[in-house]
Amino acid sequence: MFARIIPIVIKEFLQLRRDKSARFLLIVPPILQMLLFGYAATYEVYHVSTAVLDLDHSLESRELLSRFTSSTRFNVVKVAQSQREITETIDRSDATVALVVQAGFAELLRKGRSAPLQVIVDGTNSNTALIALGYVNTIAAGFAQDYAADLAQRTLGVKGMNEAHVTIEQRPWFNPDLNGQWFFVPGLIGTLTLIIIVNLTAFAIVREREVGTLEQVMVSPIRPVELIIGKTVPFFLVGLGEVALIVAVGILWFQVPFVGNPLVLLLGTSLFLLSTLALGLLISTLCSTQQQAFSTNFFVLNPFFILSGFSFPISSMPKVLQWMTYVNPLRYYLVVIRGTFLKGVGLDVLWPQLGAMAAIALVLLATSILRFRKSLE
Amino acid sequence: MKLRRIKAMAVKEILQIWRDPRSLMIALLLPFTQMFLFGYGVNLDLKHIPICTFDREGSQLSQDLFKHFEASQYFAIAHNVQSYAALKAAIDKADCSLGVVVPPDFSERLNDAHAASVQAILDASDDNSANIAFGYASAVVSGYSNDIQLSQIDRQGRTLAQIQPMVVQSRVWFNEDLESRNFIIPGLIAVIMALVGAQLTSLTISREWERGTMELLISTPVQPGEVMFGKLIPYLALSWLDAAFCLVIAAFWFGVPYRGTVIALFLTTTLFLFVVLSIGYLLSVLIRSQVGASQIALVVTMMPTVLLSGYIFPIDQMPAFIQDITYLMYSRYYVTILKSLFLKGTGIVDLSAPILFLLAYAFAVVVLAARAFHKRLA
Repeated sequence: MFARIIPIVIKEFLQLRRDKSARFLLIVPPILQMLLFGYAATYEVYHVSTAVLDLDHSLESRELLSRFTSSTRFNVVKVAQSQREITETIDRSDATVALVVQAGFAELLRKGRSAPLQVIVDGTNSNTALIALGYVNTIAAGFAQDYAADLAQRTLGVKGMNEAHVTIEQRPWFNPDLNGQWFFVPGLIGTLTLIIIVNLTAFAIVREREVGTLEQVMVSPIRPVELIIGKTVPFFLVGLGEVALIVAVGILWFQVPFVGNPLVLLLGTSLFLLSTLALGLLISTLCSTQQQAFSTNFFVLNPFFILSGFSFPISSMPKVLQWMTYVNPLRYYLVVIRGTFLKGVGLDVLWPQLGAMAAIALVLLATSILRFRKSLE
Repeated sequence: MKLRRIKAMAVKEILQIWRDPRSLMIALLLPFTQMFLFGYGVNLDLKHIPICTFDREGSQLSQDLFKHFEASQYFAIAHNVQSYAALKAAIDKADCSLGVVVPPDFSERLNDAHAASVQAILDASDDNSANIAFGYASAVVSGYSNDIQLSQIDRQGRTLAQIQPMVVQSRVWFNEDLESRNFIIPGLIAVIMALVGAQLTSLTISREWERGTMELLISTPVQPGEVMFGKLIPYLALSWLDAAFCLVIAAFWFGVPYRGTVIALFLTTTLFLFVVLSIGYLLSVLIRSQVGASQIALVVTMMPTVLLSGYIFPIDQMPAFIQDITYLMYSRYYVTILKSLFLKGTGIVDLSAPILFLLAYAFAVVVLAARAFHKRLA
């Protein structure tokens, strides 16, 4: 059996070695995409363009607004002179946040009455708006607290606040600076691998069928199972190399920490590659031309990408879509890859994901082998 | 350019589309499936975040705090643990994404020093969800803090005004309920049309080459420009149908408010579709094999449109050199236009900048395609 498989493996590698453009496509686009998307995909909110309008011109209002000016979260792009200017700035999207201090602000404060800071947020991007509002509240609360403490000290001579209050401190585990790249870069590794490997496998087989070399192979004494193994082994090795390449970019260039066990990642990657290879194989049995393979790939890969938790939380999806994610190998691989990269968890935590991927790979491989044999006959 | 020859080309192309029902079906079904997939699957609103409580005190006050968390629609208490190890295990397994820890001296500190704090342990491997969850948790805790102050003030017989020196009055414009669907769906239309449109035309010329009909076409008196427009017009109609589906689903199924004028929508959409289709056409002129052309079309459109068009990830948060690259993403202009038309109801005059960019794009691509076509034939 091996005597017949090995020549196919060698043939595939020879083909790959001689195909300059294929080699180029395997190496350059993944690295470029990693670099480009690693920088582009972020939900972090810094330097929110901000317009301010101070109608009070008091010490207090200046102190309050300067806290926003000095924060890295806000970037004051416009100092408005009237309410109309503020409206226009927001309408034209020149600023996302507008802060308005009405006349009489300081007086209210001094009298011990609640003084309002008016905030207008462009909610077009609800995520950015929500996070920006959170920062506004934090800065405003800091100001209010300091002012109250200051007032208490001046009037009553007590240090600190008199009223009981409860605060909450954040302890972000695994990613102390809440760095968005640490979340997206591992996700990109999985997503890019899925796209590359499914495309590679599906096209390689459909091309042979279209060109007619598959029939030539079939008249030789090779059995279908041997042919499948001979064809998938090279892609599996190429896939491992591909993952190693993009993982290296993630660790060396983006400096995402890898705190887990590389062997666990290797095991997860192998199972993931098996399921993607099987998927590619399955697609190849459904298509007779490269054109069909292409549109089928597109149809299949897009849902895998969306329903994986790559950037959209699965828990926020409707129940039906959540069920659909259970058959998606990328969903499990992302947990494994993020778990090993950031959390450093091992087999004791990741066994359900690994088991699920093994099951998916098994079912897909069995189906595709059966279908593949049929499509050859 | 002769209208008669363009018409002949268009008729030929329509026949070809009609006789390939599989491709036609994909072209018509794709927008539907993608709209529903993305429309439901892409959602950044967090609700019922599973939390894990670790009450190291077990007092009345600490239990009150957890009641506040339970009452919030943003949280659901998934676990009550008694040790750090159990908390760590729950977060490791992603059973919960937020752990709330009440220290053992919580009530004591609150009574003696008037200040106590609780810890929020965040699973920050998803930084955005962690950030949003912490925002909600802060709101819950400050509500709780206010309640304590109120009861204290009640006992002392003072009035409310003295406690909060300043309040933030926030108003959200354009997307009042901060629903992520309202900003994702308009952008989604741009993404889908960029994908579908480029796919439609990226094969038209390479198919002629592969089937050997190109030589036939060349031997006729038809001019390159006539070939281009003749081929683009049927696809423009087809993709308009797709776009109309998407727009109707967005406005009527997903209920995204539309505040602009219909004429502005019609003009900008036509312009965008023209750009997308002519880019697909350019690719198909440049690359002879069908697979090569459609593969490049996919690489050029899929991930970049999702990630670089401002559809979800705000462009102004990207590093400067990536921002420069996004100017090349034609979908970015249409994303801006659609979001403005849907949510803001901006007039066409205020949209002149993205419209001009799209016009320039259309012009450049048409010129490039015409030149490339000449070279190919030579």
